[in-house]
Amino acid sequence: MAAITVFSPRTLPAVLKHRAVHKLGLLALAAAVLVPLANARWTGGAWPDALTVDLTKPLTEASTWIVDNRDTHPLFLYFFGHVSNAIVLAVRAVYLVLLAAGWAGVTALGALVAWRVAGLRLALGTVAAFLTCGWLGMWVPTMQTLALMVVAVAASVVVGALLGLAGGLSDRLNRALRPVLDTMQVLPAYAYLLPVVLVFGMGVPAAVLATVVYAAPPMARLTALGLRGADKEVLEAVRSLGATARQGLLTARIPLARKELLLGLNQTIMMALSMAVIASVIGAGGLGDRVYQALASVDVGAALAAGIPIVLLAVVLDRVTGAAGNGSTSAEPRRTGWLYALVAALAIAVAGRLMGRLDWPDAWTVRIAEPVNRAVDWMTAHLYSGVPVIGGTADWAAHFTTWVLNPLRDGLTWLPWWSVLLLVAALAWLIGTWQTALTAVLVMAAIGVLGVWTPALDTLSQVLAAVAVTLVIGFATGIAAARSDRLERALRPVLDVFQTMPQFVYLIPVVALFGVGRAPAVAAAVVYALPAVVRITTQGLRQVDAAAMESSSSLGATSWQQLRQVQLPLARPALLLAVNQGVVLVLAVVIIGGLVGGGALGYDVVFGLAQGDLATGLVAGAAIVCLGLMLDRVTQPTERRTKKGA
Amino acid sequence: MRIRTRLCATAAVGSLLLLTGCGAADMTKQASPFANAQGSKTVTLSVQSWVGAQANVAVAQYLLEHELGYRVDTVQVDEVPAWDALSQGRVDAILEDWGHPEQEKRYVDDKKTITRGGELGVTGHIGWYVPTYFAQQHPDVTNWKNLNKYADLMRTAESGGKGQLMDGSPSYVTNDKALVANLDLDYQVVFAGSEAAQITQIKQFAKEKKPFLTYWYAPQWLFKKVPMTEVKLPAYKEGCDADPDKVACAYPHTPLEKYLNSDFARSGGKAAAFLKKFRWTTEDQNEVSLMIADQKLTPEQAAKKWVEGHESTWRAWLS
Repeated sequence: MAAITVFSPRTLPAVLKHRAVHKLGLLALAAAVLVPLANARWTGGAWPDALTVDLTKPLTEASTWIVDNRDTHPLFLYFFGHVSNAIVLAVRAVYLVLLAAGWAGVTALGALVAWRVAGLRLALGTVAAFLTCGWLGMWVPTMQTLALMVVAVAASVVVGALLGLAGGLSDRLNRALRPVLDTMQVLPAYAYLLPVVLVFGMGVPAAVLATVVYAAPPMARLTALGLRGADKEVLEAVRSLGATARQGLLTARIPLARKELLLGLNQTIMMALSMAVIASVIGAGGLGDRVYQALASVDVGAALAAGIPIVLLAVVLDRVTGAAGNGSTSAEPRRTGWLYALVAALAIAVAGRLMGRLDWPDAWTVRIAEPVNRAVDWMTAHLYSGVPVIGGTADWAAHFTTWVLNPLRDGLTWLPWWSVLLLVAALAWLIGTWQTALTAVLVMAAIGVLGVWTPALDTLSQVLAAVAVTLVIGFATGIAAARSDRLERALRPVLDVFQTMPQFVYLIPVVALFGVGRAPAVAAAVVYALPAVVRITTQGLRQVDAAAMESSSSLGATSWQQLRQVQLPLARPALLLAVNQGVVLVLAVVIIGGLVGGGALGYDVVFGLAQGDLATGLVAGAAIVCLGLMLDRVTQPTERRTKKGA
Repeated sequence: MRIRTRLCATAAVGSLLLLTGCGAADMTKQASPFANAQGSKTVTLSVQSWVGAQANVAVAQYLLEHELGYRVDTVQVDEVPAWDALSQGRVDAILEDWGHPEQEKRYVDDKKTITRGGELGVTGHIGWYVPTYFAQQHPDVTNWKNLNKYADLMRTAESGGKGQLMDGSPSYVTNDKALVANLDLDYQVVFAGSEAAQITQIKQFAKEKKPFLTYWYAPQWLFKKVPMTEVKLPAYKEGCDADPDKVACAYPHTPLEKYLNSDFARSGGKAAAFLKKFRWTTEDQNEVSLMIADQKLTPEQAAKKWVEGHESTWRAWLS
């Protein structure tokens, strides 16, 4: 899911070290002036009460007003009502078409599209994926999710492409859009749900809208990137041929940006799918709802049965759209091929209909829940405690909590608030510019102003611990995978599965292994963030110049020396990106961590959603966003900003 | 529901604009897009996240589908949002409500978008529980006054130096933080964050016969797996929980209620009549819950088993 930007290897100039001292000196000076002032006015370590703004009252009033006026106020009747209505009708239309096509028709259509776009192998994969969905007894939920996805992705693509077009054509709009898209990138999916639910109520319209808001940004970003990246000479040539601006856009710039547009589509689909499960919390139905209901009866097997179709859909859609981005077949034979494909799909659908086999036959389903549950029970029973020498997972979790999480949390909360701000400023300035440092400090201060300083530091301590664990495991695995093709191939499906598997599925095993508390929350975050870190590390190491490797080995360097002195320094930008992605992804799971005892901000968001308490939920959500922005700035090297990475 | 006939005729996306282009569109009158597909009559039921609620819905669903010929969609929603969804007609009925006076006033009395559907026949009770194996060794733990004596034994990494009182899902009613403070207990409330996490943790504790103190509620199938004994808190008196910060008394016993969307209650035909009559006992509910959660039957299989054995009970609901 993570977009990977390629860097040219670059070494740290000596000047920078000078500059670093310079920056720190300036910062120390500012601190020397400001800290005594702040300290004299507000004593004590925690964020001073005088500097907080209590939003409880206005937010509660706003939410009451919305609920009371939702069925009478013109804004709702004439605007939101129509939006909601259109979504309901669109999803329904797609759903009815899918049901009318029957399982044979849908499978055939999917396979033929995959065949035209990406070749025979993926077509077979698509057939296997759809049949597995039916075989697991998940056909109808899969179709519900698919219907919702089709509408959500279509809307995201339209919205994203329009925004991207605006950003791609106008510099000013591009500058205005960038910070907005940056923010949306670090916004956890859960945080969108509460406001959307308040306005639209539970159900499919809210779910679709939350998905669109979540999935449109990558499309916008990549569209703008593609349009801006078009070859200047080609554009010049087009203009010299006398094409108008519109013709130039349609015939040159958009076709030239095809690759980015398709990558945008790919990312949008993946984001939308990952939202499909989270949106079940607000009544989206479909596969996500099955996972969520299985969670309630503590049934890992059933959750997995609904989770597998999501993984399969994600992998198939990812591969097919990915192949579309790379493929370049000429237009003419393609068109007739499409025609044949459509006719064939139609024929199969009609045949299925005539045979009265629209619904997936019950006799063809298999129940995997029971064996899976037995396996999970066995595993947790044997690993939980009392394993000789190394101790059980419960003991590890307890040690981790006592020796890592507690000191970290206590340390952070013990630090006076201004010193936390100073620390943030120093880190962000060292790695970035004074602008990034200023943003980081401001968002961190915003957390204090919102009145959630202490829980935010609690959450921060969990995030830091999780990132550290993720990086250690991720770098080790990534280095190993970069050195062995076989390992990389073996890892690929595993990473795919972990990246797309709904997090709800592994909540129960995580609790069964690590107990309730912050340790399982950290474990869930590590599982989620690890694949991206491993991928980026592997890719970064593999892209190190072959010549540099060659010359170092001809100089007689051992493989360990080679890794330490050539590969790792040269792959430094990729490793930094891995850190950044690790932080952002770990933060995205903070709320999920609230479901297993992570407490702090994550729990508050879940609480707000469960109790319809806008004040608690929204403030905690905003604080998570602030944390995300701060961590992003602190770990985001300057190169990435100037390079306009995706 | 209301736009059903028109919807079926105009499945094509092209007619979207025609339909929505003019006039007011009341969001609170829109049904789920997955309802009533292929011309069948659909009832949408809200399932809350606990298994008892799943049991109610499973049996209601089975009877609606097999005896009355409806198609039933279920949506899992938390308690408070479920009220909201019910008032908007996104779901047709809630079968088990633990008492939400604020929402009742707003939706039932003021807006009249929700109608009472009568009692479920089950009485709910929230309390603090310790495992029975521990209570037998230390009988005095079942009084709150002695809890501090055992705080050491209840300690976990998460609760730090204090004993751990485990709370569950954020959607449940809880006064535990106030109780711990007001009763001067040496305990730390640890929020498991979801019922699934809480149950999993309780099972792991029970496997090792470790002592623990947890917020829990009856009826609940877990009692059959992990026998637990309630800890006596200062007796509940009407109004003693009025101020959430000053609560120092036990939780009440609540007769669980059903609620129906008003439109559905009026025009829902046989389904609405059936849901109003649906009424069973704590034992019945536990029987089904246990089959779902412990024997890992699907809700449908569990409901089928119960329905086969209790025909006299459910016949009365259909008449």
